[in-house]
Amino acid sequence: MRIIVLIKQVPEMDRVKFDSEKGVIDRKSAGVEINPFDLNALETAVQIKEQVGGEIIALSMGPPRAEKTLREAVARGADRGILLSDGKFAGADTRATSFTLARAIEKAAPFDLVIAGEMTVDGDTAQVGPQTAEYLDIPHVAYVTDLEEASDSSLTVTCNIWEGSYRKRMHLPGLITVTKDINFPRLPELKNKMKSREVEICRWDFSTFSDNLSPEQTGLKGSPTQVKKITIPPPIERKGQVFSPEETDEALAAIEKICREKRVSGGQS
Amino acid sequence: MTQQEYNGIMVIAEQKDGKVHPVAFELLGKARKLVEKKPQGVMGLVLGPETLDAKNLIEGGADRVFHVTSEIFNLPDELIYKENILPIIREIKPAIVLIGATTFGRSLAPRIAAALDTGLTADCTDLQIDDDGKLVQIRPAFTENILAHIKTKTYPQMATIRYREFSRPDLDPERKGEIILREPSVTSQNRVEILEEVTRQKTNIAEAEIVVAGGRGLKNAPDFITLQELADLLGGTVGATRDVVDAGFISKAHQVGYSGHRVKPLLYIACGISGAPQHKAGMKESETIIAINTDPSAPIFSIADIGIVGDWAEVIPRLLEKLKQ
Ligand SMILES: Cc1cc2nc3c(=O)[nH]c(=O)nc-3n(C[C@H](O)[C@H](O)[C@H](O)COP(=O)(O)OP(=O)(O)OC[C@H]3O[C@@H](n4cnc5c(N)ncnc54)[C@H](O)[C@@H]3O)c2cc1C
Ligand SMILES: Cc1cc2nc3c(=O)[nH]c(=O)nc-3n(C[C@H](O)[C@H](O)[C@H](O)COP(=O)(O)OP(=O)(O)OC[C@H]3O[C@@H](n4cnc5c(N)ncnc54)[C@H](O)[C@@H]3O)c2cc1C
Repeated sequence: MRIIVLIKQVPEMDRVKFDSEKGVIDRKSAGVEINPFDLNALETAVQIKEQVGGEIIALSMGPPRAEKTLREAVARGADRGILLSDGKFAGADTRATSFTLARAIEKAAPFDLVIAGEMTVDGDTAQVGPQTAEYLDIPHVAYVTDLEEASDSSLTVTCNIWEGSYRKRMHLPGLITVTKDINFPRLPELKNKMKSREVEICRWDFSTFSDNLSPEQTGLKGSPTQVKKITIPPPIERKGQVFSPEETDEALAAIEKICREKRVSGGQS
Repeated sequence: MTQQEYNGIMVIAEQKDGKVHPVAFELLGKARKLVEKKPQGVMGLVLGPETLDAKNLIEGGADRVFHVTSEIFNLPDELIYKENILPIIREIKPAIVLIGATTFGRSLAPRIAAALDTGLTADCTDLQIDDDGKLVQIRPAFTENILAHIKTKTYPQMATIRYREFSRPDLDPERKGEIILREPSVTSQNRVEILEEVTRQKTNIAEAEIVVAGGRGLKNAPDFITLQELADLLGGTVGATRDVVDAGFISKAHQVGYSGHRVKPLLYIACGISGAPQHKAGMKESETIIAINTDPSAPIFSIADIGIVGDWAEVIPRLLEKLKQ
């Protein structure tokens, strides 16, 4: 089975600073890391490979420094990495991102399965997975929480959708997006760490796609949605009253009052 | 694609077993406000069994409702939904298409947008019409730290909208409108088989008016029984942080936060929860927040209306005792 895992490099969300007055994100304030959900996508691929054999290709679109992210993916079990990097790809919305990823996946063909994270921690849209599937004309299953069975021709999974969970069987080729619940990503193994230092990461720029991608279809030009403005809401702070351990009796009286006011009819009395 | 050809707002109403998801009514209510400036219509599109009462969507604000009737729509099959939605959008050419940002909506909408090769804005919390008549879509990003204001160049302008951002309009039984029944054009596909519905969410925490939530300050699964008792007493639901869900204390259906459910109750009681940004992302808009934590420097206190520095296992039983009197 040939599996392509989609990986995005994102800012370390715990460190990144936001300037609410100027309305800017200070990207320099933080380092970068693999989008946390994409670690689950990669781990899913590694588990499938362990069961049915095959090859795992990590694919990322981003600036040159995203190469590091692909090396980390190799350390975590991918066989190789492809980085799509070109000024013409920059400024892409999810449409342009998905369209470009789809064309790259076609170039990397043959493939059986594409695995994406549920969403990213920066763009947050959760759209790239299903959009890429549509641009490839393959089926997808989103919000996969459990992998039940993998074979060369199909995948049986459970997904969290429609206020419940459903078991679905997808015939390949197809795409899944995975949630954090699907697995616990393992740490890089030593032998893979060594490999990740030496492996050659393929770099594909716009000219690689001279036959299947026009400049109007990618990057900023290929992006129908545009962020016109960013506002940073001041962090919610409530001038709440904090009771110390010595004041527990007063605290209890205060919260009892609130509970009685807010109690919903239907609650037991 | 020019602006003139495209008119009106279409709300795609999600349904399950003939029951329309409440977010659809919120969107119809919002759509009515957005069209106030211009006399263009509000349309509903619902795909569901014949028994579904599409008239409700008229009463909720639609002028015209397209109802594609088939039992097949009682399965969450994005491919069949997509194939039936596309011809209607292509024929009607709405300027704006709104879809609830439920899990199904967020899985389906990108496929439709890609098939139409138009833009899609995700998980919006507000919508406005700009002076040029275009839609301004406002949405949180960067793990909820910022708000992006987004406009779309292509038509239709598509967006998914979060549940419980807009108020639900009162249904007006006098409202008149047209229901247009359609036969489904596609009723099968052979690429994804839906084998079974494994579980159905019993607790709909997203709708709860009171949430009593527990985190790592709880030692084990039985500790949640005490929280459940308080939730039952108040008519609420139990919530949890991701860490205790991962630890297996309680099911994922109860998880509040960035990768769980977003809640907006009248009252949120946080027991033994530190207040990580990813947890706050799911509950910070609660009307009143009470936090109980042994650590006076816990970040949860900065968003609490009432903070109690103490052991939840002491405070909650005493509260229960008082409330039972
Ligand atoms: C504040 C802000 C708001 C935005 N809002 C929108 C919006 O509403 N609509 C819109 O169309 N665009 C939007 N964008 C642009 C969007 O963030 C980018 O297109 C981004 O490249 C991909 O979207 P995402 O991060 O939301 O990915 P998601 O769709 O959340 O990512 C899901 C999965 O897709 C894969 N993936 C995503 N990006 C890449 C990549 N570059 N390389 C490889 N795999 C990838 C990963 O597996 C990831 O886990 C916004 C950008 C910003 C800065
Ligand atoms: C991509 C991503 C997505 C995430 N999504 C979510 C999400 O959806 N929801 C979520 O919750 N988290 C999420 N997290 C995890 C989040 O970052 C935190 O790890 C988590 O919220 C912490 O849970 P906690 O408050 O239960 O545990 P802790 O942070 O360990 O806090 C436990 C608290 O309990 C207090 N305490 C201990 N004993 C007692 C006692 N007897 N009485 C009272 N207080 C006591 C302690 O002082 C401490 O403050 C996500 C993280 C990432 C990276």
